[in-house]
Amino acid sequence: MAHFEKANSIGEWLDQRLAVETLKKVMQTEYWIPKNINFLWAMGMVLAATFGILLVSGIFLLMYYKPDTNLAFDSVNYTIMSEVGYGWLWRHIHGVGASLVFLIIYIHMFTGIYYGSYKKGRELIWLSGMGLFVAFSAEAFSGYMLPWGQMSYWAGMVITNLFSGGSLEAYGLVEWIRGDYVPADAFLTRFFMLHVLLIPLAIIGLIVLHFGTLRIPHVNNQDGEEFDFAEAAELYKAGKVKESKVIPFSPVFLSKDVLVMGVYFILFFYLVFYHFEFAMDPVNFDPADGLKTPAHIYPEWYFLWSYEILRPFSKDLGLIAFAVAQVIFFMLPFLDRSPNVAPASRRGLFKYWFWLMLLDMISLTFMGKLPPTDALFANIGLVSAVLFFVLWIALPIITKLEKKL
Amino acid sequence: MKELKIFGIVAIFTLVLYWGVEPFAHSQMHKHVEGQDFVYNGTADIEEAEAAKKEDKVKAKKEFWASVDKVAKLKGNAANGEAAFATCMGCHMEGAPNMGGVIPPSLEHAGALYDKNYLIALLKDPAMASNVDHKYKDTMTHPMGSIKAMMADDQQIADVVAYLKTKKAGEMTTKEAFSDACGRCHAMRYAKTTQLGDTPKFKYKKDELAHKIKVIDEQNLVKAYMGKLPPDLSIIIRARSEHFLETFVENPQSQLLGTSMPRVGLSHEGYEKVKTYLEEIGDPSKTAREDLGPKVLLFFFIFTGLAFLWKKSMWKGHH
Repeated sequence: MAHFEKANSIGEWLDQRLAVETLKKVMQTEYWIPKNINFLWAMGMVLAATFGILLVSGIFLLMYYKPDTNLAFDSVNYTIMSEVGYGWLWRHIHGVGASLVFLIIYIHMFTGIYYGSYKKGRELIWLSGMGLFVAFSAEAFSGYMLPWGQMSYWAGMVITNLFSGGSLEAYGLVEWIRGDYVPADAFLTRFFMLHVLLIPLAIIGLIVLHFGTLRIPHVNNQDGEEFDFAEAAELYKAGKVKESKVIPFSPVFLSKDVLVMGVYFILFFYLVFYHFEFAMDPVNFDPADGLKTPAHIYPEWYFLWSYEILRPFSKDLGLIAFAVAQVIFFMLPFLDRSPNVAPASRRGLFKYWFWLMLLDMISLTFMGKLPPTDALFANIGLVSAVLFFVLWIALPIITKLEKKL
Repeated sequence: MKELKIFGIVAIFTLVLYWGVEPFAHSQMHKHVEGQDFVYNGTADIEEAEAAKKEDKVKAKKEFWASVDKVAKLKGNAANGEAAFATCMGCHMEGAPNMGGVIPPSLEHAGALYDKNYLIALLKDPAMASNVDHKYKDTMTHPMGSIKAMMADDQQIADVVAYLKTKKAGEMTTKEAFSDACGRCHAMRYAKTTQLGDTPKFKYKKDELAHKIKVIDEQNLVKAYMGKLPPDLSIIIRARSEHFLETFVENPQSQLLGTSMPRVGLSHEGYEKVKTYLEEIGDPSKTAREDLGPKVLLFFFIFTGLAFLWKKSMWKGHH
C-alpha cells in the first residue's frame, strides 16, 4: 500500500486519496479554451444544464407517474397537476425543457456546421454529438408516449408503423416492437423503461464521450485558427493573459457560460410560467382512444423537418428518404471535402450551402405541421425535401472546388 | 457588438420558427369560426342550411327564428309566467329521472344562465332552438318536444321567459352553472361528478358499487340518446383553445357539423361561469403560477446581473 502522511486539512486528505488537485487542474483551471469565441460556445454548458433540469424534474415526476394505460393519463393530468404540491411546476419544467433542449441542440449543431468544428481531428466530436442527437430524439419520443393522450397513442402508432418497411410489410417486426397488435400496455411499459432508464444511461455515457472527444483536438474558435495550445497555456500561466490565446475553463470561460445560462434561464422560466402551451399539445389532453383518429397527427416541432421528408414521396421512396435523412448528418465530416476550418462566410460556395440548408430545414419544419391536403403547402414541402437531398449531393462537389485558405 | 449581431440572428430565426409551427400552423389547421357574442338569432343556423343547399330547411329555419323574434318583442308578465311555469316543474324537478335520454336540468338559475332569445326559441321548438333538428324526423319527438303542444301561446311563452329572467336569475356558483348547463351529459371525474351529480362518499364497498351501476345505467341512457357517451370535461380547458370552446358552446354545429350535441344557449354571463369552473378543475395551478412566476423571474434577473459582474471581473485584462 502507498504511504500516507497525516493530512492537515480536508482538502489535503482528499488530495492524498483522490488527487483532487490534479483533477481540478486537468478538468478546470488548466483545461484550456480558446479566447476567440462568442456566446454560441456556451451552448454546450447550456445543454448540460438543461439535461440536469430534465433529470431532476423527471425524478420528481417519476415518483407519481403510473405506467399503466388505465392510470397513466390521470396520474399525469390529475395526480401530478392537482394533488402533488408543485407537481404542475415540475411537469411544466419537464415539458418546456424537453422542447428547449432541442432548440439549443439545433443551435449547437448549426454553430458547429458554420464554424467547421467537425473537421480534421474533430470528427469524433461531431459523431458523438450526433449520437447524442439520436439519443435525445429517442428520449423525446419515448417520453411523449407516457401521458397516454391522443397524440401519444397516435404518434406511437405512426412511428412504430414505419418499421413495417413500406412494401416489405414487416408487420411482425412492428408487433415485436409494440409487444401487441396496437400500442397498449406492453407498449407503454417498455417505452417507460426506455425513457427513465436505458436511454438516460446512454445519454450520460455519450455526454462523457462527447466531452472526452474535445480534449485532444481542443475547442474550435471563431476563426478556425490553429495554434499551439501548450505554448498559449504557458503564456497564460506566466501572467500574460492579454497576449495568450487561451483562457482556463474555470473560472474564466465558466463565468461567461454562467452569464449565458442566466439569460437562457430567464427565457426558460418565462416559458414555464407564462407560455408553456407551445410545448404541451392540446390534442394530448384528450385521453388515448384507438377508435378516434385526431384530425391532424403531427410530431413535436423538432421532428417536423424529418417528418416532412417522409411525407411528400410515395410510400417506399418516402421511407428511404426518411431513413437517409436521419443519418446523413453523421456523414458531414466525410462529405465536406474542403480542408478549410473557417467560418462559412469565408468559405466560398459553402456559405450559400449553409444558409440554404438552414432555410430549407426551417421550410421543411413549417410544412411538416401544415395539412398536406393544401396543394401549395404540399408542393413547397416536396421542393424543400428534394432540395434537402440536392444540397447533400452537392456538398462534396462544392467543397472539393473550394479554394484553400 | 459582433456578439449582439449573432444573438440577433439566432433570435430572429428562433422567432420565425416559433411563428411557423405555432400561430401560423394553427391558423391553417383549424377552420375559422366567427364568434357570435352569445346572440341567438338563427343567423348561423340559416347559413348552415344555405350551405347545405336545402331549400325547405332554409325556409323552416327562417320562419322559426322570425317567430322567435316576434315573441321577443312582446312584453312578458312575470306574475303570469309564474303560473305557467308550473307546467315546467312537472319534469324540471329536484331528483327527476332520465326522460327520453337525459335528466331534465334544474331551472333554478335558468334566467341568468341562458339567453332570453334562446329560452323563447326553446319553448317554441327545443330541437330547432338547440340546432339539432337534423336528428328528428318530427321535432315533436325531441325529449322536450311536447312543450310545443303544452305552451303554444306566444304571450304565455313571453311570460314564462320574463318569469325566469326576473325570478330565476339569482347568484349561482361556477359549479352550479356547469352542473345545470353541462353536467347531465358530461361527467367531470377530476371533480368527482358524474351524470348523476356529485359522487358521495361511501362507507361500504357494496354501496359504492351499487352507485357505480346506477351511473353506468344513466350513462347508457345518455349514450343511447346521443349516439356516444359525451366526453368527460375534466381538462377540456387544456384540450381545446379558448376560441374553440366559446364558438362550440354557442353553436356546436359550427365546429362539428352533424354532432348530436345540442346548443345549450348560454348567456355571456353563464358561459363565463362555466368557463371559470372548467378552469378551476382543469387548470388548478393558474393562481399558483401567477403568484410564483414573477418571483422566479426576479431571481433569474438578479442571477444574470450577478453573473454579468462576475464575467466582467473574470475577463478583466484578457482583451
